[in-house]
Amino acid sequence: MKSMPIKIFLQYVSLFSFYLLSCTGYAIEPVSGYAYISQDTQEMQDDEFANPGMTTVDKGRALFHAVAENGKNCASCHGEDGVSLKKSRIAEYPIYSYESQRPITLQEQVNICWQDKLDNIPFIYDCADAVALETYVRYLARGEVINVDVSGPMQPYFKAGEELYNMRVGQLDMACIHCHVYHQGQKLRGQTLSQGHSNGFPEYRLQTGQITSLHRRFTECFVTFRAKPFDLGSEDFINLEIYVHARGNGLKIETPAVRY
Amino acid sequence: MRSVLRATIVTVLILSSQALAMAEEYLPWKNNSMAIEKALGGLKGNPQRGRAIVIAPDKGSCLTCHHLPIDEELFHGTVGPDLTTIASRLTEAEIRLRIVDEKMINPNTIMPGYYRDPNKFNQVAEAYYGKTFLTAQEVEDVIAYLMTLK
Repeated sequence: MKSMPIKIFLQYVSLFSFYLLSCTGYAIEPVSGYAYISQDTQEMQDDEFANPGMTTVDKGRALFHAVAENGKNCASCHGEDGVSLKKSRIAEYPIYSYESQRPITLQEQVNICWQDKLDNIPFIYDCADAVALETYVRYLARGEVINVDVSGPMQPYFKAGEELYNMRVGQLDMACIHCHVYHQGQKLRGQTLSQGHSNGFPEYRLQTGQITSLHRRFTECFVTFRAKPFDLGSEDFINLEIYVHARGNGLKIETPAVRY
Repeated sequence: MRSVLRATIVTVLILSSQALAMAEEYLPWKNNSMAIEKALGGLKGNPQRGRAIVIAPDKGSCLTCHHLPIDEELFHGTVGPDLTTIASRLTEAEIRLRIVDEKMINPNTIMPGYYRDPNKFNQVAEAYYGKTFLTAQEVEDVIAYLMTLK
């Protein structure tokens, strides 16, 4: 009889620790999605000839060097093959733009140059050419450590992104946190749930056979949840992008990654 | 004469059930001590149909997260508990609540509410607005199937 209170006490302890685990996004060391794919897929990603995402990199490289009507191209400022681009800077996006008074993504920065420096017609967010250029620029920074600063003016946008990350949506009533934090490492049919990091984006998807931007990937998840997605390039998706990039701070850029 | 009458009754019943399926109303249910005793709408489930719903990717798709004794399907998920012997662990009424709205038990769960009040959802795509994930009949079919797993 004497052991009963201890048993009950232990039950309470285990229940409480389970409660803690399930309520707080318990701190986990970020692990790239690379660790969750099969060896075949890893080899495909590592081999530049086999990696299907390299077609998009080549397209981006061509756009980078395409001369606009004003006689300039991206290389006019950033050098042949972007040699004068600061690679560590690429890994800091999205950054806060004091000029625009809001955070801007790498793709938006490319688009700003595209209009202002090259006098081109601006891209629609996530159109094929914009994604190709983003893919190429991120590819140039392959191996660079992601380092998004979410302090100061970025703080409220990061917080808003975190809120979205934890917000249940759609008829399936799920949030990002359910798969990529609580159940990461477990199987969804044959597929292992990764931590959902963005260090490989834009990435080549074996499932769709397409290069996929981060906002399109968000959209795919929303559609699976039977939820109404936000617009590509919308403030909401940019906030979510800030949060997702920042939670992967410390991971190396793998663009173009190959994923299921 | 009798057989004609019987055939007419059957036809009327089939037609009316189809009409019901087209515009099914949300049937209220009650959580009583973490269980729903009464079958939704008093419907009777069919385990064969339930087994098909459990597999179908656009229906229950339970295999996405759970292991089930369905050997012809490869790759069962591991997100949720193994359901191989679920009926020996839970009663029919307990299973019903867990399918209808697991959030009544664990508010943090990943498990969707397959017959949760559609007004409680957030930012639902227009095509699914005001609808439950499964119909009441489909929920009862799945329960009937799970009750065979002893």
